[in-house]
Amino acid sequence: MDTVYIFLQHYWWFIISLLGALLVFLLFVQGGQGMLYLIGRTDTERNLIVNTLGRKWELTFTTLVTFGGAFFASFPLFYSTSFGGAFYVWMLILLVFVIQAVAYEFRRKPSNFLGEKTYNWFLLINGVLGAFLLGTAVATLFTGAPFTVDRANFGNLEGFNTISRWSTSWYGLDALADPRNILLGLAVLFLSRVLGLLYFMNSIDDETIFARSRRYLKWNAGLFLLFFLPFLLLLLLSEGAAVDPVSGVISVEPYKYLHNLLAMPLVLVALLAGVVGVLWGIGVGIFRGCRCGIWPAGAGTVLTVLALLLTAGYNHTAYYPSLTDLQSSLTIYNSSSSRFTLYVMAIVSILVPFVAGYIWYVWRAMGRKRISEQELQEEGDHLY
Amino acid sequence: MILTANELAEVVDWSRAQFAMTAIYHWLFVPLTLGLGFICAIMETVYYRTGDPFWKRTVKFWMRIFGINFAIGVATGLILEFEFGTNWSNYSYFVGDIFGAPLAIEGIMAFFLESTFIAVMFFGWNKVSRGFHLTATWLTAIGANLSALWILVANAWMQYPVGTAFNPETARQEMTSFWDVLFSPVAINKFFHTVTSGYVVAAAVVIGISAWFLLKKRERKMARKSMAIASWFGLSASLLLAMTGDGSAVQVARTQPMKLAAMEALYDGKKEAGLVAFGILRPEVNDRELIMSNESAFYFKLEIPKMLSLLSFRDADAYVPGINDLVYGNFDPLITPVGVKMEAGREAVRAIEDYREVMAGGDAVAKARYKARFDPQTEEGARFCSWELKYLGYAYLKNQTDVIPNVPLVFYSFRVMFMLGVYFILFFAGVLFFVYRKELYDRRWWFRVMMWSVPLAYLASVSGWIVAEVGRQPWTIQDLLPVSASVSDIAPGPVKATFFIFLALFTVLLIAELMIMFRQIKIGPKPAETAAENELTE
Ligand code: HDD
Ligand code: HEM
Ligand code: HEM
Repeated sequence: MDTVYIFLQHYWWFIISLLGALLVFLLFVQGGQGMLYLIGRTDTERNLIVNTLGRKWELTFTTLVTFGGAFFASFPLFYSTSFGGAFYVWMLILLVFVIQAVAYEFRRKPSNFLGEKTYNWFLLINGVLGAFLLGTAVATLFTGAPFTVDRANFGNLEGFNTISRWSTSWYGLDALADPRNILLGLAVLFLSRVLGLLYFMNSIDDETIFARSRRYLKWNAGLFLLFFLPFLLLLLLSEGAAVDPVSGVISVEPYKYLHNLLAMPLVLVALLAGVVGVLWGIGVGIFRGCRCGIWPAGAGTVLTVLALLLTAGYNHTAYYPSLTDLQSSLTIYNSSSSRFTLYVMAIVSILVPFVAGYIWYVWRAMGRKRISEQELQEEGDHLY
Repeated sequence: MILTANELAEVVDWSRAQFAMTAIYHWLFVPLTLGLGFICAIMETVYYRTGDPFWKRTVKFWMRIFGINFAIGVATGLILEFEFGTNWSNYSYFVGDIFGAPLAIEGIMAFFLESTFIAVMFFGWNKVSRGFHLTATWLTAIGANLSALWILVANAWMQYPVGTAFNPETARQEMTSFWDVLFSPVAINKFFHTVTSGYVVAAAVVIGISAWFLLKKRERKMARKSMAIASWFGLSASLLLAMTGDGSAVQVARTQPMKLAAMEALYDGKKEAGLVAFGILRPEVNDRELIMSNESAFYFKLEIPKMLSLLSFRDADAYVPGINDLVYGNFDPLITPVGVKMEAGREAVRAIEDYREVMAGGDAVAKARYKARFDPQTEEGARFCSWELKYLGYAYLKNQTDVIPNVPLVFYSFRVMFMLGVYFILFFAGVLFFVYRKELYDRRWWFRVMMWSVPLAYLASVSGWIVAEVGRQPWTIQDLLPVSASVSDIAPGPVKATFFIFLALFTVLLIAELMIMFRQIKIGPKPAETAAENELTE
């Protein structure tokens, strides 16, 4: 066995999981957008909210783009199988992100053709559907999808020579049939709202918004737990697809994800620490009215999602089980790029801490002062 | 889902239409970002040096234009990236090992740079020091150009696949040399030609808007100073553009002879080939089964003798192969007919199937033999890789004439781009002359020419992509993978539906963008704060 190759496959699954985890944290932008009318009752309040989120939306968007690019580069077979198969779901996700990208810049510009309300609705739709659909899509990494992979199709010179095929004509909408997917979708949605509220508390200098955010935090936190805990429980009870690393044969194993967590104590610790972090952030927000809740909750989110995604792919697990043909399931071994490509990209990934460094630096430099109504009036020339 | 051959053809056509549509929409916004970023950075540098608030107002005005354009550029780019997976899933599998890497690097290296510092550029005026702000503006511009670099490396690789080998185990292309991919001459040329074309577009836009202000007798100082910067920028860019365009043509001649033949509608190859400066094609060229000749293809044409040979091969006597030669073959010089390549490609597909069978259950001797066959280090492997495997994609073609792209589209687009390339050199030189001659200020027709040159710049740049992308049909990856073997296995319905949804959405957003843009231009820069600043008339 080529241990370097196996190491690189694990390394890249880690990077993908980390990007996914950061993405879920950054969905606080979506969460905030989804509550535009709930927290922002007046035009001024809404403008404050949009301009606060507006300093960060590109970061979330770029993380989504990079997550896609990195997944493509390191596990191309997943890219082709999931994107080409769950066509409707991904297209819907794209659609709700397209309307987001223009909404900030266009919403209050004169002659914007569709009117401010429409753009606000774009933000709202993106905030709700974006988070929900991404959560549902991620859940399929545990619950699987109906597809087959057959490299011999490549030699088919007559009809479609496609290697990955979807087995139903629902093209991804089939995911809605599994309650676990919906649970995770809703959990991510409400998590994003919790984070959005904590972000408002942290960065907007306005007493009304602060008090209102604190009040809504309770509800959203409750709903988050209501959906997340059953998902976690069901996941631990679920069977999973295990792969024999030598023969590559895939078999069903009861309690696979529970076994994974027990076999990887570090991941288990990360998961628990993550959940505690999220609860901590919520707690200090609700009970102490602390502006700092976003930090423990954010770090907790990253840890939790990271741990979950590692559970999906590590410890000889198929991270994208096929419901049609078990042997078609994708594992980090059978779906990765070549050793050389993973190696080249591992070198490129040295840039990641550097990128994270300047993002952090700029975030600090720009966020020294909370955003207030007064600032919006003074700034004047580049506002959303 | 098992679909029929007819459905396959339909999926291919709609997927092509969808990709072309989204790419063209994306490309309506990208060139301005590429160039205007630098123009803003140059202006801000002047502000930084002089501290003159006039420049701050000016740069803020252009940044507002930049921001409006940027937002929609980002929106259209997202779709493109994911469409590789959704619509071209087989392609994503087949080349993901090579193609994914530049895309990922683009995200890590370029998009974060751009999106982080753009926030400083827009919101940081009162929050960070002037030096930091200036750096942020430059980094945003550099980030935009870096994203162009990586995506163009990826695109160039599709036109000229190097640094890669076929792995029969996984049935896909795999990267063997990153540097070969990055520094492929096609990639280098493509990058410089494309970014300079973006600079030309941006310069034309700045000049056009400034001309409007002059026509309306508003903001004269800002308009003249912006025009001066833009015309220097545009003139240098357009000269580089012509140079790199010539370089692109040389690369096309070397790596994609069929594209070159289509660009020139050259049916019968010849030595001392002339360049068609202008010509009108007969409609018969649309029928790929009809065998055309150099004469029967045109109603009339105006030729510059020997020019094509000279430009493409740097030798006035060089032989330039025509469409007929490339399809049906030729003896002197030797050109393999497509039919033979199709046979070779099918041979390769059979060999791959055999390989997989033997590896699954054959004996050790057979395994070694088949391994050797795919290993370029062995004698047999070297032969196999430079013949059968090289023509792998031909296996999927049905007719020899499938390799002919849409000739009129490529031919006319190339003429449009080329002529406008020459036009823009003269145009920028003219503007420069104008800027330094104050007495020309009442030549109102000049302002109109400047304004009408803006759409011309966009026309040239879209035409360029049509030459490049339509000209390479039917290949997604030159010689290795045709479009028909690249698509996802989906029914035509969903592809059509999403095509129309995105078409409608992008069109609405484009209208909104244009309306906002025109309005912002009308509003103009923020009024100056003091009277001294306000030297509207000079
Ligand atoms: C303002 C836009 C513009 C202008 C005036 C020109 N080009 Fe261009 N051209 C492009 C914008 C462009 C482009 C959009 O950037 C393309 C599309 C693909 C590419 O690599 O660059 C392109 C492609 C392109 C190609 C095809 C490359 C390929 O297939 O890979 C050739 C041969 C040329 N150009 C040659 C020229 C010549 C000889 C010009 C005359 C001066 C010229 N271009 C002016
Ligand atoms: C000529 C080819 C292309 C160039 C030069 C180019 C360049 C750029 C630039 C400069 C941006 C910054 C935003 C803006 O448009 O204003 C951008 C955005 C984007 N482009 Fe393209 N692009 C090209 C084609 C493509 C293609 C084919 C893809 C698909 C893989 C793509 C994917 C993207 C994505 C995902 C974004 C949004 C990223 C972000 O800024 O957050 N681009 N592109
Ligand atoms: C942004 C500038 C671009 C424009 C305007 C553009 C234009 C087009 C057009 C017109 C087609 C359709 C050709 C046909 O079906 O006859 C096409 C196809 C395609 N292009 Fe581009 N292109 C651009 C950049 C790129 C880049 C940078 C890439 C890759 C990195 C790319 C990849 C493709 C693919 C995969 C197809 C579909 C397969 C095919 O028809 O060959 N394009 N593009």
